[in-house]
Amino acid sequence: MKLSTRIAVPILGLCLISACQKSGVDQVMTGDAANAVYVAPGEYDEIYAFMSGGYSGQVTVYGLPSGRLLREIPVFSKVAENGYGYSEETKAMFNTSYGEVPWDDSHHVELSQTKGEFDGRWLFINGNNTPRIARVDLSTFETVEILEIPDVAGLHCAPFITQNSEYLVSATRFSVPIPQKDVPIDSYKENFTGLINYVSIDAESGEMALDFQIEMPGFNYDLARNGKAKSHGWSFVTTYNSEQAHSLLEVNASQKDKDLLAIINWKKAEEYIAQGKFKERTTSYFHNVTNEATSIVESRKETKTRILTPSECPGMVYFIPVPKSPHGCDVSPSGEYIVGNGKLSADQTVFSFDKLMEAIANENFDDEIDGIPVINFEAGLDGIVEQPGLGPLHTEFDGKGNAYTTYFISSEVVKWDLKSKQVLDRQPTFYSPGHLVIPGGETTKPYGKYLVAMNKITKDRYLPTGPELAHSAQLFDISGDKMKLLLDFPTKGEPHYAQAIEASKIVSKVKKFYPIEENGHPYSAKNEKETRVERKGKEVHVYMTAIRSHLAPDNIEGFKVGDEVYFHLTNLEQDWDVPHGFAIQGANNAELLVMPGQTRTLKWKPQKPGVFAFYCTDFCSALHQEMSGYARVSAANSDIKLKWGLNDDELRSE
Amino acid sequence: MRLISIPILLVSTFLLSCGGGQSQIDKIKAQQVKKAPEPKSLAEAEKNWESDHGIGPIKAFTLPTEIDQVLAASGKETYEAMCTACHKAEEKFIGPAPKGILSRRTPAWIMNMILNPDEMVKKNPIAKQLLMKFNGSPMANQNLTEDQARSVLEYFRTL
Repeated sequence: MKLSTRIAVPILGLCLISACQKSGVDQVMTGDAANAVYVAPGEYDEIYAFMSGGYSGQVTVYGLPSGRLLREIPVFSKVAENGYGYSEETKAMFNTSYGEVPWDDSHHVELSQTKGEFDGRWLFINGNNTPRIARVDLSTFETVEILEIPDVAGLHCAPFITQNSEYLVSATRFSVPIPQKDVPIDSYKENFTGLINYVSIDAESGEMALDFQIEMPGFNYDLARNGKAKSHGWSFVTTYNSEQAHSLLEVNASQKDKDLLAIINWKKAEEYIAQGKFKERTTSYFHNVTNEATSIVESRKETKTRILTPSECPGMVYFIPVPKSPHGCDVSPSGEYIVGNGKLSADQTVFSFDKLMEAIANENFDDEIDGIPVINFEAGLDGIVEQPGLGPLHTEFDGKGNAYTTYFISSEVVKWDLKSKQVLDRQPTFYSPGHLVIPGGETTKPYGKYLVAMNKITKDRYLPTGPELAHSAQLFDISGDKMKLLLDFPTKGEPHYAQAIEASKIVSKVKKFYPIEENGHPYSAKNEKETRVERKGKEVHVYMTAIRSHLAPDNIEGFKVGDEVYFHLTNLEQDWDVPHGFAIQGANNAELLVMPGQTRTLKWKPQKPGVFAFYCTDFCSALHQEMSGYARVSAANSDIKLKWGLNDDELRSE
Repeated sequence: MRLISIPILLVSTFLLSCGGGQSQIDKIKAQQVKKAPEPKSLAEAEKNWESDHGIGPIKAFTLPTEIDQVLAASGKETYEAMCTACHKAEEKFIGPAPKGILSRRTPAWIMNMILNPDEMVKKNPIAKQLLMKFNGSPMANQNLTEDQARSVLEYFRTL
């Protein structure tokens, strides 16, 4: 097999070269790339990569090294394909203080951690536009919770996790008046404020809660990371627009030579909270959580938040200057190095945690902003990587003392040594990478075998598909001294960050179906004897079941124009990979896909008299085409009684 | 192009490497020839039902003479919760009726059909014929435990 691939790849490589001389082909040809990414039919990939969907609002799951798309997890966008956000059970997931918001811009995937390592329990991701954080349960790959974050705008800087999943740290991208009020935009400096938010995570259930918020100067907060190992207990947050411009930021927010990195001692903040040094503020935000017993999303409106003010809480927040409009801020596996990726700087700034602590202890401060001491730049600086490329955005680590940074403008990934700050290797990417991910790259124990660069520009990499192209990801082998390009693969939406985890940490925990005896849905029918139709005024509830290959009941009469019909479909199957679907003609919302053991509800408003077909949409057996039924609708004033059944001799009536 | 070429090369290498003596394909053919002919009807498949214990976790066993009524009652509960969408106790529905099943199937066959239906309908001669007889409607795996399947079997004895 090895022999054959060695023959095949150069031959194929030659074909490609002669065909169009594409960039990057020669890189692949230097090694046994095809063999390195080939996962034989029926074999599993080694790694799960969870990619944010960007403007799709979702999360996609890829296998590495094959680059195969395994699943798209609906998070912040409603999905008519399976009824997520349309079904009666899930629609409350989209409740916010602005009403239903059916879309968001999802950026940064964070996997839960225990002792600085991924534990494979939950995935968190932010919604940028209407500030929210979602939690996906990695035993079901379903979104189970969305928490809105109050009084912030553009929650780009989110949701960065601490090493024992104590907190998710986030911060406002756009400072705004707090509380919101009608003021002139040019009163920015006077009226606009920033917030850094700490969301706690329940260690057992994973449920989030807004614990406290820190009031900050009105800058733009961009990205964050938490300390780990020796720096556990601290957060690092980059800012830009410390100029406090409110128009033409492209120019006006790039005036200063340096912006600021905020350094937060969150253990200190916890002490101040315990001492009651916070102000309680009335606000409004929604917290939507799936009730595990019923599998129905319950929406709670919250009205209080706890605010800490740095000037009243000494020792809690510091700043240190960073050149120049920093974007990513990344902490090395040992917790010692904090890399500030100054996106408009040609140099890469590296701070030392020990030096920062020493500077704080010695009060080596140059300035103070709103009561926040500004640490002397040189005092916290560990070193500078000189001229590694243009436009550094993000850095990840391989656990062998190396850092890998994406350079957007010069379109490359650069490998450099954390201690010596020497550049070790550089490889072009196609084209212009944003984030990159190394499996476990954010943790104390990276799995330094692969690196995926997520490119912002695709151009000629794939067969053209009109003006819009899929974004491209590129997989590199980083196990040797030099990075080796192995594979291009298209991605969905616009992946910003991704995190990747050894498959073994998830596979054993994956749920294959929902045990029917644990189904606590109030409208479930757990066997066909429980199926029925009930009228409560204009509301009609159909307790329906699905099993290969019939719906019960499948003949229903007595619906009337003007009714609100709720089809509560319980999938009676108790086996892996046997979902059933439900669609009915004229439904103005969506269809349902119901997993084994689960109950999902579709609302249907019959509009005219007649007989309307419904059917299972997910090919479930050889008799799938037979899995269908009829709903008879009579005029609003008709006296036809409800009648239902499966097989004529089974008809029952109210 | 790459996708097509690699498998072709792989296959040809594989075939070449089997050279000398009997080829892989000949071996497969030889195995196929040795196999007993497939039964062509349910009646034919059922001829040897007493020695057909099915495929799955349950080995051949003999039922005690007395019916365990407590076990049967719990089996009835499981049957009603998990099986009645497709089976009626005394008449053919989506699948066959379990009444009198012990006069045509062994206890182990019944339990293996409950516990391992996917493999049974692919490989067991009786189960394969049943799948055809019931128009390809599959026997769903309802993931019963062995204890639950045993109790359902006890319930069948009471029908």
